[in-house]
Amino acid sequence: MPHRTLPSIRRIGANAIDVVLRLGFAARFIGLTLAHSGTSFARPRLIIRELYYTGVLSLIIILVSGLFVGMVLGLQGYQTLTTYGSESALGVLVALSLVRELGPVVSALLFASRAGSAMTAEIGLMKATEQLSAMEMMAVDPIARVVAPRFWAGVISMPLLAAMFSAMGIFGGYVIGVVLIGVDEGSFWSQMQGAVDVREDIVNGVIKSFVFGVAVTWIALFEGYDAPPTAEGVSGATTRTVVTSSLAILGLDFILTSFMFRGM
Amino acid sequence: MASEPLIEIKDVNFAYAKRPILTGINMSIPRGKVVALMGISGSGKTTLLRLMGGVMKPTTGEVWINGECTSRLDTQGIYRMRRRMGMLFQFGALFTDLSVYDNVAFQMREHTGLPESMIRDLVMMKLHAVGLRGAHKLMPAELSGGMARRVALARAIALDPMIMMYDEPFTGLDPISLGVIANLVRELNDTLGTTSLVVTHDVQEALDVVDYVYYLSDGKMMAHGTPEEMRANKDPLVYQFVHGEAEGPVAYQYPSKDFSDDLRLGGLRAA
Repeated sequence: MPHRTLPSIRRIGANAIDVVLRLGFAARFIGLTLAHSGTSFARPRLIIRELYYTGVLSLIIILVSGLFVGMVLGLQGYQTLTTYGSESALGVLVALSLVRELGPVVSALLFASRAGSAMTAEIGLMKATEQLSAMEMMAVDPIARVVAPRFWAGVISMPLLAAMFSAMGIFGGYVIGVVLIGVDEGSFWSQMQGAVDVREDIVNGVIKSFVFGVAVTWIALFEGYDAPPTAEGVSGATTRTVVTSSLAILGLDFILTSFMFRGM
Repeated sequence: MASEPLIEIKDVNFAYAKRPILTGINMSIPRGKVVALMGISGSGKTTLLRLMGGVMKPTTGEVWINGECTSRLDTQGIYRMRRRMGMLFQFGALFTDLSVYDNVAFQMREHTGLPESMIRDLVMMKLHAVGLRGAHKLMPAELSGGMARRVALARAIALDPMIMMYDEPFTGLDPISLGVIANLVRELNDTLGTTSLVVTHDVQEALDVVDYVYYLSDGKMMAHGTPEEMRANKDPLVYQFVHGEAEGPVAYQYPSKDFSDDLRLGGLRAA
């Protein structure tokens, strides 16, 4: 950090100014990205390529994690519900936990560490090896050509990944609850069908994962673009992407939940 | 028009965070020539190159390129100007996620509506000019340093630029690759009818291929002339640089405290 040598009180001030400056840069960055998104939509192949790298390549970790989270929910849920003799509500518990909370939040955390860190490292290294400067010298705007397609790929893939995480989790809960423990299959599915509301639960979950997708991709791209062009700079930026996005996901989740599920 | 210089730099000053990098620079580069901009590391060469590419604007003074003043151009104008410039970066700066072929085709696909069959022919011609037509399927990671530099050169000349700028093109190359690149600089300039600006501190290689030399030191233009004039220049600063001598007006030691103080011999000396 550049302010190590300053006396402590001045250092607090200098760091605070840095944070405000970076927030300003980040706001301008997202503004420019949105303004230059036309190229990406005019050439969908650019987005499709990035969808493969951010979305398709994240599938394995999302599906496997979803399965295990669902299986754990099945085990823990059965343990608790059986105390009250209501193990037939296991389907409801698994589905609601996943669709409302765990699906969007855990898949966003995984997405930040799998795809977000990769985006930061890639763009940081492109900057360090002068690829972005070369692009600019060729009269091609790196925000339009490199940043915007990645941004939209992240925003599109996040809700889809969260949906697949939840689906896989429900399947995991079914395997544990119905197939292995022997909860009644009919009540597992019918209670789930009765209790999960499309607008209240599924749409809210999709909105959450969309917001997380915007936040994670924005942080990852900005950190990469703003990284000092050195090995140390890129590694620091990658770490910051994972830390900042994880905190942003959890903070945003609290805010969104408090607005979405107030009267329930 | 033909006699008017292609690039003209008039009384340019440039400061970065109030620290002066360039002071009172005047340069004039005629069309069709290969001009070297020389100086030791940190003398402001790359900054001057960036001013010409419109990446930065001078604090005061003007940069004129082909009859247009860069500081009066907006972003669109700068981009329009850059389409007629080619730049070779120090380590090539190839796009590592694209093959050699796609790297060279990049600008054609971005800026022209040419059909893919025509792009293919053009890419092959550019790669042939740097002797790497056979390497078109390789990825940048599979190339040696010298080959990467040649691919980057093919990419820079993709749209037949009016001005070619080379940022330290000889750094880190083996003697054979170095000779190849030096000859390519001259050959491409003469066959494509471009004007070239070579930023370098590799004196002997540069003096062999260029028409004119500007020597920059500490952000000031200290000398300029033909390679013969530079070789014969008796100014101690130029002499030390051209002949690569350790002793001279340019200090080898970074400014520091007294050596005995750094070795903590102060007490002993007093005793």
